[in-house]
Amino acid sequence: MRNFEFYRPQNIGEAFDLLEYHKEKSRIWAGGTDLLIRLRDQAFKIGALIDLKQIPQLDMINFDENTGLRLGALVRIRDIETSNILREKYPILVQAAETLGSIQVRNKATVGGNICNASPSADMVPSLIALGAEVKIAGKNKEKVLPLGELFKSPGKTALESGEILTEISIPHMVPHSCGVYLKQGRRKALDLAVAGVASVATIDPTHSKCVDIRIVLGAVAPTAIRAKKAEAIMRGSNLSDPIVNEAAKVAAGECSPIDDVRSSAWYRRQVVEVLVKRSIMQAINKVKAGEEKIT
Amino acid sequence: MNALKHNVSLKINGEHYELTVSSKESLLDVLQDRLRFTGTKKGCNSGECGACTVIVNGSPVNACLMLAVEAHKAEILTIEGYKADETMQSLQESFLEHGAVQCGYCTPGMIMSAKALLDKNPVPDEEEIKQAIAGNLCRCTGYIKIIEAIGAAPNRQDGQK
Repeated sequence: MRNFEFYRPQNIGEAFDLLEYHKEKSRIWAGGTDLLIRLRDQAFKIGALIDLKQIPQLDMINFDENTGLRLGALVRIRDIETSNILREKYPILVQAAETLGSIQVRNKATVGGNICNASPSADMVPSLIALGAEVKIAGKNKEKVLPLGELFKSPGKTALESGEILTEISIPHMVPHSCGVYLKQGRRKALDLAVAGVASVATIDPTHSKCVDIRIVLGAVAPTAIRAKKAEAIMRGSNLSDPIVNEAAKVAAGECSPIDDVRSSAWYRRQVVEVLVKRSIMQAINKVKAGEEKIT
Repeated sequence: MNALKHNVSLKINGEHYELTVSSKESLLDVLQDRLRFTGTKKGCNSGECGACTVIVNGSPVNACLMLAVEAHKAEILTIEGYKADETMQSLQESFLEHGAVQCGYCTPGMIMSAKALLDKNPVPDEEEIKQAIAGNLCRCTGYIKIIEAIGAAPNRQDGQK
């Protein structure tokens, strides 16, 4: 690997200038846990890395009872995993964080990096999409917000244009009687990419007898994370019974397009999706029930 | 000062070091090749084995994934730091007593992960130990004796040798 220039801009304006100057020969550097490996593999040649870690305000975890959660792009996965406020308000994010890499990797990797690296199996992505996350994309003199699900174009490619930086992820306040669960199936308990990952966020009614809303997002089984919309439609309005959950899980397995690769076969991945969708829905529903029984 | 080379100051095992590093040098490269802290091992050089685990500002990280320039002003603890650290000495003795070392290649990384665990959670249970070392691969021991050794280390600190 050839040497490269390494910049540590002190504010975001400097970062934009550097990106504009170095253009396609530059890459943004946060935790670097994916990028450094790709550089060593000579996946591409770069002249400059632009480290965002000195820029203030990019690593905040900000929760407001009314407006919800704001996560800076540079929040480390380990900080998500160990955050008391996230464990209380968005436990699905803590669950997702626990599955990523290892503690050592999580102490460097960032949520913005996990998103922008755009691996089809990115572990933070399904949960964030299921929670209705939006991302703030900043460029020189411009800013836009889009739903996270619209950011991904293909494996490794996002809608970020040259000179743009993903700065923040915002997540709406969780609706009452809701809970989310993220389940990852891998060959090992750590240090592995997902064979399949499923995030389900379910909202049930106050009498615990009906599904009011649900979002089911599948990871590692399509070019990007995808919503299992047909499965969601089966669950929405349903009476939460086993046959319906089973049906939704089966339909979800048909909505994805997994591949054969070193980790698993397409056939097996579909089996796993069906199981994980069923489990994550049941667990989410049971968690709502259990959580509310404790209070009353 | 160009952007290809950087002056870094680091504290390693309590001592101060000043170096000029190129951007592409990892912390692992600097520890092993420049400063001869050879206890930290290069296994995969891609963050997938944990053999290069060191503690940076209190957190265990893979030294292979950290650029040396990122370690500027950091406090780093490597396996060589055991001489001044009671927890690491207890771990060392416990590993020996429990037969938790075969080839020894994973051992420095295991001890650093265990040290990071015990600093936050002085009396971990088995599940907590397993999670703490989930990022450290061992090809020899099958992990059981390593887990037992880490579990027994806190008792040693009470002087029950």
